Amino acid sequence: MDIWDPQKESMKRDEIEQLQLERLQATLNRVYKNVRHYKTSFSDIDFMPEDLQSLTDFNKLPFTTRQDLRDDYPYGMFAVTLREVVRLHAPSLGFEKPVVLGFTKNDLNCWVELMARCLSGVGVTKDDVVQISMPTWKILNTFGIQRGAELIGASVLPVSIKNLPNQVKIMRDFRTTILVTTPGFAMGLINAISSSGIDMITLSLKQGIIGSEAWSENTRNLIEKNLHITATDIYSLTEIFGPGVAWECHEKNGLHISEDHFLPEIIDPVTLEPLPPGAEGELVITTLTKEAFPLVRFRTGDLTSLNYTPCGCGRTHARISRISKRTDDVFVMNATCVIPDQINMIITKLNNGKEPVFQLQAERKKDRDTLTVIIEVTDTMFFDEIKKQLLIVDDIQLAISEFLGWNVHVKFVEQGSIDRKKQVLDNRSL
Amino acid sequence: MRVKQLSVFIENKEGRIAEVTSIIAEVNVNIRAISLADTSDFGVLRMIVSNADQARDALKKEGFTVGETDVVAVKVEDKPGGLNKILHLIESSGLNVEYMYSMARIIDNSAVMIFRFDKTDQAIDVLTKSGLPVINKNRVTDD
Repeated sequence: MDIWDPQKESMKRDEIEQLQLERLQATLNRVYKNVRHYKTSFSDIDFMPEDLQSLTDFNKLPFTTRQDLRDDYPYGMFAVTLREVVRLHAPSLGFEKPVVLGFTKNDLNCWVELMARCLSGVGVTKDDVVQISMPTWKILNTFGIQRGAELIGASVLPVSIKNLPNQVKIMRDFRTTILVTTPGFAMGLINAISSSGIDMITLSLKQGIIGSEAWSENTRNLIEKNLHITATDIYSLTEIFGPGVAWECHEKNGLHISEDHFLPEIIDPVTLEPLPPGAEGELVITTLTKEAFPLVRFRTGDLTSLNYTPCGCGRTHARISRISKRTDDVFVMNATCVIPDQINMIITKLNNGKEPVFQLQAERKKDRDTLTVIIEVTDTMFFDEIKKQLLIVDDIQLAISEFLGWNVHVKFVEQGSIDRKKQVLDNRSL
Repeated sequence: MRVKQLSVFIENKEGRIAEVTSIIAEVNVNIRAISLADTSDFGVLRMIVSNADQARDALKKEGFTVGETDVVAVKVEDKPGGLNKILHLIESSGLNVEYMYSMARIIDNSAVMIFRFDKTDQAIDVLTKSGLPVINKNRVTDD
């Protein structure tokens, strides 16, 4: 496979570190000057941007959390004025104060460049038809992939994930060669193809770029075998770009993180101490080129490890191991982040402000992921009339389903039957 | 005129009703009437007992969710059209029966039905005015 930008992607380790240090100094200067949050947090530890002489000095800087991003709603974390911002993203509007990201023209160009690296890295060329099948609520992901593919010169076909049989037909008739989608959709497609009677041989598919939620090697084998493709993983982080932050090449041995744009670290999520390469811990990312929405030591909540050994593909950028776990109870299904605190908020609101005891149970039935919200019944949610009891079940079900964008099942159980230590029970074999 | 009914939330799983009845038996309370409404996931057990407060406390202590509702006990003539007469009267008065079930005991040689009306006071009023015998609370619960 071609390397899109060999000069950058195959830099020597010392060159990478030199570039990172320079870009980091520039980033710290900019955020110190323009973002109140960073100015305060740097001042709190008596740190001035010019104090940074080496990458190791960097360890003392404070972390940035998702809560910090929300606290500064809407534009507090921007390091440029709105005049310079050409794109705004608010990936999860469910919060009272959602995270709002801004992009300058340059930021968008970087994203497109990174997507082109990823896409060409798995073999996308001018001759390919790239079908992007994303759920409508993942529309933000589609933009970057689309423009990256266009930069390469491929033909891009963005579609939603509705109506599987039609998708198979489109795939056949448009001679789709590259499919960008979620693992859940790829699994659904396998069934749709087998029940459509369409012969796999009539399809031109060769590569799948699969992401937006965790998937196992087992799922990879199933997808590859049944769709006759090579399937590679892609890591998205909505607080940075969406997809394009890290991606697998055909070596399938970790996801390349573009170190000329990002400085990754692994920390112990409990002690917050840095961990050595190879150790599993929480991924922390500092952006090195972002203008509008730079992040310094951003805690992603994703558990992974770092590998600095140059890859068999010729790239030298570090690789993160595939991510299947997080440090919190947040989990991804149907390409949506399910955050227990948000579910709690919805139920509490419908329960006259009283917080419920509840558990989220994720299951995979056939090719579909289903979520059941188990709630312990209380006096405030219990009625002698079945009609009223079912009404509150319906109300909660509807509110959560509307919030997530897909249907959940709500079930009431007796008090004391939920294991309070387990807010989330993910029974899917991902 | 009102009779206190206990309702208990139970999951659809083995032995839950027996669990409720044994708790009530242990505190020496007598069940006068019982009915179960169920859905695929859960059921609501409704009961008239000899001592509602005692039964409620015992059930709550064991972690059950217990509701209290006022219902009306009405004597039903044991002959064709007996129940029909009551239901017609309720309907023509613009009232609704949310649910009903029968009592295990006979009072004054009559069958007794427990009614949950949407408007309890108005229903009692209508029934009494029409000479349909609403039974006093004590006669329903006491020995």
